[in-house]
Amino acid sequence: MFDDRSPIYRQIADRIKADVLNGALKADEQVMSTNQYAAYYRINPATAAKAFQQLVDERVLYKKRGIGMFVSTQARDMLRAQGRETFFGEVVDPMVAEARAIGIPLADVIRRIEQHENGDV
Amino acid sequence: MRVDVSGLTVRYGDVTAVDDMSFSLSGNKIYGLLGRNGSGKTSLMSTLAGYRRPIGSVQLDGEPVFENAGAMRNVCLVRHTPDAADKGDKVAEALNFGKAWRDTWDDTYAHELVELFKIPLRTKVGELSLGQRSALGVVIGLASRSPLTMLDESHLGMDTPTRYAFYDTLLNDFMAHPRTIIISTHLIEELASLLEEVVIIDSGRLVLQEEADVLRSRGTEVTGSASDVDEFTAGLTVLGSKSLGRTKAAMVYGTLDDSQLIRARQLGLELGPIALQDLFVHLTEPVGGKR
Repeated sequence: MFDDRSPIYRQIADRIKADVLNGALKADEQVMSTNQYAAYYRINPATAAKAFQQLVDERVLYKKRGIGMFVSTQARDMLRAQGRETFFGEVVDPMVAEARAIGIPLADVIRRIEQHENGDV
Repeated sequence: MRVDVSGLTVRYGDVTAVDDMSFSLSGNKIYGLLGRNGSGKTSLMSTLAGYRRPIGSVQLDGEPVFENAGAMRNVCLVRHTPDAADKGDKVAEALNFGKAWRDTWDDTYAHELVELFKIPLRTKVGELSLGQRSALGVVIGLASRSPLTMLDESHLGMDTPTRYAFYDTLLNDFMAHPRTIIISTHLIEELASLLEEVVIIDSGRLVLQEEADVLRSRGTEVTGSASDVDEFTAGLTVLGSKSLGRTKAAMVYGTLDDSQLIRARQLGLELGPIALQDLFVHLTEPVGGKR
């Protein structure tokens, strides 16, 4: 299930962030326990705990002692803001490079984006 | 259970199987003991289990294990498959021995596992298939619930679906009953995500002991034009490299700092991770030669 390449805890943390961003996990909703994650993904519970700790440090999750981990109220807005910061560098620029490499004029790319804007796609 | 090994040496006549090895395991984790054939894994584990008198010291929770009945009752070592029980004993009898010898044995769990792995209770151990014998070894290891449980290649005879059932069972039982579990295996890729810590040995010596996730983040594959890769990797620990035309990929061991990451970007080098199994291959002596 994991590629066993980048640290697994980072992959798990990224998945939880993606779930917060797409609304699958809502603010103040409890996330599954470390052990549930470990069993589901077949990973060591310490690895799952490390992912949770990273998310607590980044204030995506917060801990209720003895109860579990919850999605913080500001998590989604925060992740959206972070995503906007890196969007052009990490998504648009490589796309432009790819379009150039395969010979698609940028005007065609822009037209496609406009079709999305107009709801034609 | 905590394990402290200090200056441990195991010799068979002229052959030194374990050579002045020292390390400590803080305990209650799943450890992977990785090493090539003949690297000393089995000698090390049998000494940890108190099967042989150590040169040097082996302590479990601060007590020497050799000739120490109290310490040995807390240890379970399941070695390669045929050794789990006497061949003439029926499976049910083999389980009864497990129960008689270990205070922590969970008989209900043992029988659940026997059912899970479909091991016939009335069959003699010597007449079981390789897969069934492997499974019996694993059952004895897990049901012992020993504070120090060692599985030495125990699951290698299982087929793939059974191995996955074993991994799930191991993980769930470890979470319910945390204890020190040491597993040696050649199927590193399959087991890697279950391990919290990795101990790699080679030619009887400790190569490294590291958290599995940290180790994974230490390896980087650097790919680009050969001259750029050579420039970038000069002075770094390069575990291995391969070339395809003008492209070269080098495996670098060690964490890269920010200035190195920036330099890599300037040179247009591609940085990728290395799987635990590949790191293992390159950290131990290569096949057909000395490093």
